[in-house]
Amino acid sequence: MELAVFIISAVIVLVGAVGVIASRNPVHSALFLVQTLFGIAVLFVLLEAPFLAAIQVIVYAGAIVILFLFVLMLLGVDRAEDWNVEPIGGQRPLAVVAAASLLGILLSVMLAATDAVTGQPAANEAIDPEMSNVRQLGRSLFSTHVVAFELTAVLLTIAVVGAVVFARKVKGELEPIPELVPLQDEIAMTRAAAADPDEEVTH
Amino acid sequence: MEVTTGWYLALGAVLFTIGALGLLVRRNPLVMFMCVELMLNAVNLTFVALGARLGDLGGQIAVFFVLVVAAAEVVVGLALVVAILRRRPGATADDLAVLRG
Repeated sequence: MELAVFIISAVIVLVGAVGVIASRNPVHSALFLVQTLFGIAVLFVLLEAPFLAAIQVIVYAGAIVILFLFVLMLLGVDRAEDWNVEPIGGQRPLAVVAAASLLGILLSVMLAATDAVTGQPAANEAIDPEMSNVRQLGRSLFSTHVVAFELTAVLLTIAVVGAVVFARKVKGELEPIPELVPLQDEIAMTRAAAADPDEEVTH
Repeated sequence: MEVTTGWYLALGAVLFTIGALGLLVRRNPLVMFMCVELMLNAVNLTFVALGARLGDLGGQIAVFFVLVVAAAEVVVGLALVVAILRRRPGATADDLAVLRG
């Protein structure tokens, strides 16, 4: 039973993750992200962390993804991306190679680590099967980790103030944006300057 | 067949890799943010799996704080994206290679 639930939610998680990076339309990416986050929530339930599963759904799927969708709709950037443009040559093959090596390293370390752990139960904050998960988390947060907990309150306040400062409309005229040279042209110009040292290139 | 901790760790590793690949390949700043969320979730899964394996509540506490910090990060990041895209509609990550206006 546990195996079936794990396999189904793992498939949901991985399909969603591939969908996030493979959808051309950012709105589809956001919806695939919801799928992945739900799958993770199911895995949290399977790992006997029901409180985290609940806040995963409420905070991540409910708040963060909605924030993403709000920004997408607000800015109207929900059009499909043109994938034929590759601004940096060879970026994609290199990215795949880097990701494959990262996967190899992670898998080898993690699978070695499961055998390497001592298997000794936790000394200071053991999970008590008698006590409910929420109660135990609450006790720990408000006693052992109370300073960190209060600091997160400060962090959230700073984040809100920062967001308001960044996103407010600037009063008065904005100075015009200097036209940017596309990266390809800039590289070509630099190469031309290197090949022909007499010609001065001004930026 | 029993689901061991190794399965969760392997799933976390694969999920983290997919997120990293997306971050390297995609150019839309919003999709890049979503890939960061994928990577954070992979790490969360690893924390909870190892916490369950060792019977340690610390894994779940760490995930709680990661969630809070992720929420703060998304709020500030999206505000930055809004501010940038207002002045330069349709900008991709490659257009933001310089730090001027």
